[in-house]
Amino acid sequence: MRNLYALIAGALFGAGLFISGMTDTTKVQGWLDVFGNWDPTLAFVMGGAIIPMAIAWQVTRVRRTPLVGGSFPPPPEPKLGRNLVVGSVLFGMGWGLAGLCPGPSVASLSYGGVGGLVFMAAMLIGMGAAPMVRARLDRTATAG
Amino acid sequence: MEQDWIFGLAGGLLIGAGGAVYLLANGRIMGASGIIGGLVDGSGHSTRWERLAFLLGVFAMPIVLTWLWQPAITHLTDNLMVVAIAGLLVGVGTRIANGCTSGHGVCGISRLSLRGMVATVFYILAGGLTVVFFRHLLGVI
Repeated sequence: MRNLYALIAGALFGAGLFISGMTDTTKVQGWLDVFGNWDPTLAFVMGGAIIPMAIAWQVTRVRRTPLVGGSFPPPPEPKLGRNLVVGSVLFGMGWGLAGLCPGPSVASLSYGGVGGLVFMAAMLIGMGAAPMVRARLDRTATAG
Repeated sequence: MEQDWIFGLAGGLLIGAGGAVYLLANGRIMGASGIIGGLVDGSGHSTRWERLAFLLGVFAMPIVLTWLWQPAITHLTDNLMVVAIAGLLVGVGTRIANGCTSGHGVCGISRLSLRGMVATVFYILAGGLTVVFFRHLLGVI
């Protein structure tokens, strides 16, 4: 059942990305391009996505366990830390350059052509290298 | 286009519904970078099949909707160097920050997570500055 629910969640996510236009890099870069022809769509997507999610978080307070059993994720960590900022800045740069983030890169894989495949391959390599980069960041943090 | 925001809102509600299913049924946070990244480095709690099933749904729905509804469009740059660098940055960055637009943005902000909000501010700022710099100053993208 766990895998079926995951498939349903992924299908909703993929459909939402497609319908909202977030799999089109122009709309994402258009949202980031405040000095150009600014496209507000992404704000509506974010706003729309946060509504059901906020309700779901409220439900987790009443229902103590997920449908398949186990437990809900612990409350968010209050610590911010340097990795959160450094990582988000690196991610934001890549996001702006290509107009793709991880979800849409999967959703547009079937029609993104060679570029879509190159992005996916590079992203997987980056993800594989991340633990090494993180270890280096942590070392300089304690040294400095 | 005028009706873009309606599709944006409708699509956003579906994205949030997907996150709600993943949370309430499986007890997981729907973060695309975490779901993909766990397949790469074996971290996190989700099982391999759970991740693959989720990604299959994300990958397949646009194909189904292209067939049922309207053709898929995207405007990814032809410059493969830019695409490769962008992919590397997204891969490294999301894993170091422990989340991306779906995990920190959608799932984090909706539970008023300070980390989610701070991450979102920084990746939007960095993304905005990157577009301004590479589009308006250098004209590369």
